[in-house]
Amino acid sequence: MQFLFLLEQVVNGLVLGGYYLLIALGLSLIFSVGGVVNLAHGAFYALGAYVSLEIAKHLGFGAAAALSPVAVAVLGILFERYILRRFYNADPILSLLVTFGLALVAEQAIRMIWGAAPLPAFMPAAFKGNVVLGDFLFSRYRLFLLAVVATVLAGLWLLLHKTSFGRVVRAGIQRPDMVAALGIRLQPYMTTIVMLGVGMAALGGALFAPIAMVHPAMGAEIITVAFVVVVIGGLGSFWGVVLAALLVGVVRGITIHFVPAAGEASMYVLMFLVLIFRPRGLLGERIEKFE
Amino acid sequence: MTNRRDVLKAGAAGAAVLGFPAIVGAQSAPIKIGHLTPLTGFLGALGEYAVMGIKMATDEINAAGGVMGRKLDVMSEDSVNPATASTKAQRMLEQDKVEFLMGEINSASAQTIMQVAARHKKLFLQIGARSDVLRGKNCNKYTFHVDIPVTVMVNAAGQALLRDGLIKGKRVFCLTSDYLFGHDLSKAAKAFITANGGTVIGDELTATDTTDFSPFLLKIRQAKPDLVATNLGGNQVTNFVKQYSEFGLPYPVAGFNLNTADAWAAGEGNLAGIWPTVWHHELDTPGSKAFVAEFRKRYGKPPENHAWIEYVSLKIMAQAMNATKSTDTDKLIAYFESQAEFDLLKARKGYFRAWDHQLIQEAYPFTVKPKGQAKDKWDFLAFGAAVPAANQPLEVINPPKDQNSCSFA
Repeated sequence: MQFLFLLEQVVNGLVLGGYYLLIALGLSLIFSVGGVVNLAHGAFYALGAYVSLEIAKHLGFGAAAALSPVAVAVLGILFERYILRRFYNADPILSLLVTFGLALVAEQAIRMIWGAAPLPAFMPAAFKGNVVLGDFLFSRYRLFLLAVVATVLAGLWLLLHKTSFGRVVRAGIQRPDMVAALGIRLQPYMTTIVMLGVGMAALGGALFAPIAMVHPAMGAEIITVAFVVVVIGGLGSFWGVVLAALLVGVVRGITIHFVPAAGEASMYVLMFLVLIFRPRGLLGERIEKFE
Repeated sequence: MTNRRDVLKAGAAGAAVLGFPAIVGAQSAPIKIGHLTPLTGFLGALGEYAVMGIKMATDEINAAGGVMGRKLDVMSEDSVNPATASTKAQRMLEQDKVEFLMGEINSASAQTIMQVAARHKKLFLQIGARSDVLRGKNCNKYTFHVDIPVTVMVNAAGQALLRDGLIKGKRVFCLTSDYLFGHDLSKAAKAFITANGGTVIGDELTATDTTDFSPFLLKIRQAKPDLVATNLGGNQVTNFVKQYSEFGLPYPVAGFNLNTADAWAAGEGNLAGIWPTVWHHELDTPGSKAFVAEFRKRYGKPPENHAWIEYVSLKIMAQAMNATKSTDTDKLIAYFESQAEFDLLKARKGYFRAWDHQLIQEAYPFTVKPKGQAKDKWDFLAFGAAVPAANQPLEVINPPKDQNSCSFA
């Protein structure tokens, strides 16, 4: 019986990991290609949630979940072209400061537009409730969420590994100088990467709004988790981030099973251990430009 | 974060001083009041309502001529965290020369401000923090407490749970926020459940930054309790309530802490169960009706309980200053300790208990209206009758002297 309960926590942790993945993958991609830790990533997550609430008022949940990431991705293009672009080759501390400042500005802007009071968000009635498979209980909504994440993940993998776009991006991560020598400008690729990453964060916000509180500081809450996942997974590695996100979810579930109060601390302990034994993260590659 | 904000504030303050020097020194000087409340972080939403409430009271009092012919000048600032709260309180007393301090929602920040007030021998009207220890073990004679302590919240919701047969002979699973306030709440809740014939079959601590409760929901399912009782704070309550509804677990849920702002954030259809509150916007008294109407006119939405409590708190201070014709700390303390009565816009008036400085007042349980009855997005809460009942003394829901270790000696 005890084993079964534990297994249930593991499965539930995998589902939760899927949601971390949406935020962490974009963060990892932007870092891998541009060398910029985008501390404003959480702000796009929050914006995704708020914009989806506005759209849902008129067009319903489905349209909101689909259109909000698109709207925020457009913001992401502007963000890349007018701000981020200036810092690819600069001292990393500058991009940290700029994106951190932007995160503060975004949080205050949300507070001014939508107010400090948290807003209610709803899922369609059909998604409410649970499904019992064998001995395991699942939230219907989270199964739907998992399906969306799997689709996004498959799409992104195909894009990165089966298209010429993906080849340039992967080459750009490892040897931007060689890519340049071949006469390919990386900048338009970077715009697309930021657009995709930011869009995924916004999708995460829109999908998580019905089950977590929508409030101005929600971006600051998620950025830490996403960053931990990226560090555990290792830079430049697609599957590293996937593995890390799932691992963080599972470890958290198991910890809460045994020591509930340590649930939120578990991922930091995990990061600590991983960094001791594998300083580059679980599947991190050696990236020359960061050495 | 703090630094940046402080720099901006200092800049703004500097600009104000350079820009308008002429106003300083006009007629009789205003009465300066230091007001600290969390405007950011997990209690920031409540702090926003707090500032709205105290602003409205300030404007009303000043429009009517102020106090003793002097205007009130309330400086509201973000208390941020316990350390910053203490630094700001000290600065307000030493440099800004405020007459007394008011505010707070966070129990830990309230604790540090209480120490500053005692050191400076100045009054602190502690408005919104609910931890029992503030008016118990760690009380001091310079601090008075307006909001209900956790024991009262447990009693208010607990009476409703008893009435619905959810305690006696039942197995209760608790979920507790892992900080000062949650531990206090858990202690009071367990005492109540056990004293009324229930059994606590589990009490799980959750970190204050928990946003995903799914592992806990699975554990609740394994425990198969008769009642799930939550001792959570701030954002946690809303997150828990939303996910409890998402997972569709069949066990009735209740909690001993939920502010109306958190309830509104959970939304109709997500919120269920029985909860306590210190005041609500549908209270049927002439005072509350007038307050709610004026607040709605001013801010375009109904007041939350923290808006109400800040509003009446400033009115309490104004009454005390008018009655003693003074801003002197000792005189104000003597006035409050005389058990003078205050109009709290409720059916019965309130008074401060002399030996622990707690405002004694009514509380209310609330639950959720049946689907389809809400008139707007704020209207889905169904408020119960005041606790204690009209024929009982107000004190019965408060911790009695033999269970409270407060001493001013």
